Amino acid sequence: MPFNFEKILGAHEPALHMQSRRAQLLAANIANADTPGFKARDIDFRAALQRVQSSGSGQMGQMMTTNKRHMAPTDEIGGDEILYRQPFQASLDGNTVESHVETAAFTENSMRYLMSLRFVSGKFKSLTTALKGQ
Amino acid sequence: MSLFNVFDVAGSALNAQTVRLNTTSSNMANANSVSSSTNNLYRARHPVFAPLVKAFDSASKGPGVSVQGIIESDAPARQEYNPNHPQANEQGYIFMPNVNVIEEMANMISASRSYQANVEVMNSAKQMMMRTLAIGQ
Repeated sequence: MPFNFEKILGAHEPALHMQSRRAQLLAANIANADTPGFKARDIDFRAALQRVQSSGSGQMGQMMTTNKRHMAPTDEIGGDEILYRQPFQASLDGNTVESHVETAAFTENSMRYLMSLRFVSGKFKSLTTALKGQ
Repeated sequence: MSLFNVFDVAGSALNAQTVRLNTTSSNMANANSVSSSTNNLYRARHPVFAPLVKAFDSASKGPGVSVQGIIESDAPARQEYNPNHPQANEQGYIFMPNVNVIEEMANMISASRSYQANVEVMNSAKQMMMRTLAIGQ
């Protein structure tokens, strides 16, 4: 019986990828909270994960290369999935970062990351138990 | 692994906010540096921030902050009539720097809050990485 880690880990593995990528985006938003003209960006997490699951490969919804001259995508997430945040109160200098929104999103994202991690860790633990047979 | 990039991004922000705190402290320190002419008078300094990378789509780098430069304020210097001052000119005027102390205080608080927020981001990223390393243990 061959092990299929993709099946064992399910949606958690691509979710971890996306959450770490999203952590980077949100960190960039927080870092640029005082930069004039900076536009805050974020991923539509639900849509991105749905696309991964509907593609069924367990991969990060990567484009297929059907010809050897096709170029491999450089990023796990396509550029079109990174959206612009609509600010509640836009500031005069064109900056759309609202640090409370971004901090909340970052904290939420890191909790979700830790949650996915807990699930993955649990899967590995049960595998170890099965292997040891104790 | 993009969690490493979080450290780069937050680190660039810490750097930028430190520059901002530095200029603020310099402005505050020189708020009362009196001069007899406007030529060699201290002028308020402010950093200009810009995103490090324009495009978000590059996978390798996140858009951190860069300090484009430090500009000197063009606001007019304060002029005061004080003929007894040793630095007073022939007409009895002294010139004070165009530093707005209230503005600088607000700037300082904003900078230190932004610094705190970025330290918090780094701590979260560190926690996420440590937990990732502990998988299966």
